[in-house]
Amino acid sequence: MNAGTADHVVEAIFRRESGRVLATLIRLLGDFDVAEEARQEAFTAALEQWPIQGMPENPRAWLIKTGRNKAVDRFRRDAIFRSKVQAREMASAESDAEGVGEDAADDTFGDDRLRLIFTCCHPALSGEAHVGLTLREVCGLTTQAVARAFLVSEETMAQRLVRAKKKIRDAGIPYETPEPSVLDQRIQGVLAVVYGVFTEGYALTSGTQLVDAELCVEAIRLGRLLDELLPLRPGVLGLLALMLLHDARRRARVSQTGDVVLLDNQDRALWDREKIAEGLTLVDRALSMHGQISPYAVQAAIAALHVRAHGKEDTDWPQIVGLYEVLLRLQPNPVVELNHAVAVSMVDGAARALKLIDSLAARGQVSEYHLLHAARGQFLQQLARPEEAREAYRTALTFATLEPERRLLMARLASISEGGGGSTAAGVQSHRDES
Amino acid sequence: MQYLLLIYSNEKEMAAMNPTTLGSMMAEYTEFTKGIVQAGQFKAGDRLKPTSAATTVRARNGQVSTTDGPFAETREQLGGYYLVDAKNLDEAIAIAGRVPGAKWGSIEVRPIWPPQA
Repeated sequence: MNAGTADHVVEAIFRRESGRVLATLIRLLGDFDVAEEARQEAFTAALEQWPIQGMPENPRAWLIKTGRNKAVDRFRRDAIFRSKVQAREMASAESDAEGVGEDAADDTFGDDRLRLIFTCCHPALSGEAHVGLTLREVCGLTTQAVARAFLVSEETMAQRLVRAKKKIRDAGIPYETPEPSVLDQRIQGVLAVVYGVFTEGYALTSGTQLVDAELCVEAIRLGRLLDELLPLRPGVLGLLALMLLHDARRRARVSQTGDVVLLDNQDRALWDREKIAEGLTLVDRALSMHGQISPYAVQAAIAALHVRAHGKEDTDWPQIVGLYEVLLRLQPNPVVELNHAVAVSMVDGAARALKLIDSLAARGQVSEYHLLHAARGQFLQQLARPEEAREAYRTALTFATLEPERRLLMARLASISEGGGGSTAAGVQSHRDES
Repeated sequence: MQYLLLIYSNEKEMAAMNPTTLGSMMAEYTEFTKGIVQAGQFKAGDRLKPTSAATTVRARNGQVSTTDGPFAETREQLGGYYLVDAKNLDEAIAIAGRVPGAKWGSIEVRPIWPPQA
């Protein structure tokens, strides 16, 4: 193998193995930074040695062993590490590493990756730290890439990661899969982080479309990894399905001029059929499982009904209303209530939906939520109350900040003036599921 | 590792508690303490007198000055503590979640620096 080929081989292996190698090194060495450095050294050593000595039979085990040895050598060299505490850690790293033979089972690596995920998403860390650490340590994104995705400077992101790793060390956050008594709750936490990464990418807000797409890709990759490591969990299956069904419509939801294209008007030829097929299979699996119904699975089921329909007319709205009612029981919140009202308007008409929305607005929690006013405007327009509809759209415009959404609202406002109200033009959908 | 569990609650609300509630709270604390002693997690623990009995002391330029009251006025006040031994933060959080005061106040979990060699 010549040096050029070796670079390619090592690079390919780096991409595939880097997360696994890091996860195991953190367990062996007991520290994120030491493990990251050890991994770097191991890959450098691979670049030097593999072209001469040939590829080891099990590159992953070789990398882990080499990384661990390099770190232990450094512990010995480095005077700073000669305190009793470090010596004890080093001794335990050495004894733990006995288990890393060439035949180390895949299970061990899987367990280490889970440990890494649960540690990065530990509830004692901040939400910002969860997302940053997960993208950096689990997905292997560079600090620069993570910073770009969240519209902060690289320095800010680097500091955030340093603080989080310090907290892990100082507070004694364990590098462990949680105890059974808290496992379900902790899985919910991990799912929330993954969905947070996805929605950040899917929202029309942040950064460029390219960066956004990258976040969605990473979130889906994390979903797949979780499904591999924590199989047969309705929440994991449901979330993966939900992300696939949304992401399948990514290319169709924004026009070439950057305008929002609502579900009804989307060019279905642009939908990713493969993702939809996979998402639909996963929804069915998630819903057919015993035990607690996952809110993600219910949301995925709603997305599935939208995708399965050929248009607004043949959408199974009564079932969507039913699913939103299930969701309201599992996860009551104003956004779900609003979406429920929109679905109700398709089944029982705008008058009943308007009542639901007015009762939601009366509780005052979401009075500045532009989509609430947008939906109100739409219902009032359908009820041929143009003056009030105009007023509602104007209120929505005072709270809407995203340009594409503002343009859509202005178009709705203009349609009242022209049509004199009562039009049934494509509605402002109240939620991202349908845009 | 050792963790200090700092128990915060609203003193005014505590002072306004009726004797029955107070009695059952004390019984809960006795039960809880017994539990962590038996589990070998208990190192120390005490209830503090209210902040009306607090004095804040500062030494500046060789001068000791005192002020009446706690270091900072907050909605919840430090009312007691436990010093516990726990394998890691998860275990410390599990113990903190069982402190009776967690139901009406909040428990701050602070790791203790290990003694310097």
